[in-house]
Amino acid sequence: MASARARAGPDEPEAAALARDARRERRRALVLAAPALLLVGAVALLPTGWLFWLSVIEGESFSAAHYLRLIQVESYRRIFWTTFEIAAVVTILAALLGYPLAYWLSRLPERWANVGLVLVLVPFWTSLLVRTYAWLVLLQRRGLVNRALLDLGLIEEPLRLVHNWTGTVIGMLHILLPFLVLPAYASLRAIDPAYLAAAASLGASPVRAFWTVFFPLSLPGLLAGCLLVFVLALGFYVTPAILGGGRVLMVAMKVQENAGLYLDWGAASALAVVLLLATLAMFALLARLVPLERLLVSRS
Amino acid sequence: MSAEPWIAPWRRAWLAALALLVLAFLVLPVFIVLPMSFSDSQYLEFPPRAWSLRWYEAYLGSADWMRATRISLLAALLTTVLATPLGLAAAYGLHRAGGRTARVLRAALVAPLVVPVIILAIGIFYLYVRLGLVNTMTGLVLAHTALALPFVVVLVDAGLRRIDLDQERVARSLGASPLRAFLTVVLPQLERSLAAAAVLAFVTSLDEVVVALFVSGGEMSTLTRRMFTGLRDQVDPTIAAISSLLIVISVGLLGGAQLLLPRR
Repeated sequence: MASARARAGPDEPEAAALARDARRERRRALVLAAPALLLVGAVALLPTGWLFWLSVIEGESFSAAHYLRLIQVESYRRIFWTTFEIAAVVTILAALLGYPLAYWLSRLPERWANVGLVLVLVPFWTSLLVRTYAWLVLLQRRGLVNRALLDLGLIEEPLRLVHNWTGTVIGMLHILLPFLVLPAYASLRAIDPAYLAAAASLGASPVRAFWTVFFPLSLPGLLAGCLLVFVLALGFYVTPAILGGGRVLMVAMKVQENAGLYLDWGAASALAVVLLLATLAMFALLARLVPLERLLVSRS
Repeated sequence: MSAEPWIAPWRRAWLAALALLVLAFLVLPVFIVLPMSFSDSQYLEFPPRAWSLRWYEAYLGSADWMRATRISLLAALLTTVLATPLGLAAAYGLHRAGGRTARVLRAALVAPLVVPVIILAIGIFYLYVRLGLVNTMTGLVLAHTALALPFVVVLVDAGLRRIDLDQERVARSLGASPLRAFLTVVLPQLERSLAAAAVLAFVTSLDEVVVALFVSGGEMSTLTRRMFTGLRDQVDPTIAAISSLLIVISVGLLGGAQLLLPRR
């Protein structure tokens, strides 16, 4: 800056004026963002920050009691385990179902692949509550799934598919699957088919070419999709609340119970802080792998 | 594509069958609700043995459901009207300003996207109890606007990146005021992104459940909140009719928005 000014020589007053102009212009531009920032800050960010404060206050003084309780009380340990287990199972199932779909779509001519992608997006466009309701109807005792299984003679008695762990996993899988398919598809589509042709011309069988060439190249997209499904599953509330029928207690539901029902803000906020930190850490990791923002708003 | 190694048709068929099954798993539950909502039976059969509009009549004839619908639509409309211009101004300002400060502020604006909604909900509840905003339309709309703003900012920002802002500078150098240059040069090129952003803001509010669970109760209950509490108790077939309407609205609006957005 200083050297630039020195070189400017006789033009200096003009250069300084220009720089001042540019700074004023930038400030003016930033002011345009103020109303939105104020609103998001006041309504979303500030209260969330507040939870950190509430989580370390017991009565009038600082205390780690709320966090210690999360470790010591058996029921909290069970909630953490249930949440982790459901998120992990949903992630594994999503990978097993989503990767083949993404692979198949990525090998289709572009026009057909786009049709397939729209079909992946349609459930995405539907409200989460509505999709959860659809599963409630399909999985109930006299629901379509049980009727079909009975008619096919696969079962004698209707299965208990809903108001339990199974129903929760099915519903969450349905809601989270597109979050795996979309990044996996993007990374598969980006692979040059010439690599496969090269592998084949060197004598690799299609299966071998897939596992040694294709799969490793698509791994980052698959991993990103898995991580995204897992982190989103950790915070789920609506689906387990409805499809779990009170038998499945996940972290977000306990947060709701503590804050909404018992007005126990210490317990609610300590749990919320743990959930938030886990979520943010994983999103930070994810942001290095995929264009995260685009994925999160991909309802459009 | 002829460069691809030859794969036995039965292998392809195996993969195609699995892929189509997964697609069916994704799509069918959404569309099976539609015919079911026209069923005459309490148990929502598929295919319905007798057709009727009774669940739609039950919905339209219920004062409670109608009030909840009005509240949801009003909240969604106000959220759209608030979030779209605020998001536009913010995205444009931050894009114009550039630099590190703008990047940090932008990150703050889109941060609600990565915070689990239950955490936002209890935070907002804690704040609203102190401000007396629980069970008010103002509170609901402000909360939904905060949730919708990140979507608007991301979409408008993507639109801005496609525009050559030198055009605006040219307009300014030819004597147009900043406002006029923005309105005549930038805004017309953002129309599609803005329309998509508005749609997304509307649907974000309309579909929102968790925050509404905390801040909109009793007389102020939104449609989704009433549905949620109804679902926990028993499977009320009226909800099938409402769900069908919501599917048509969301898929129609968001599908339309998809067509509006420029190809990525």
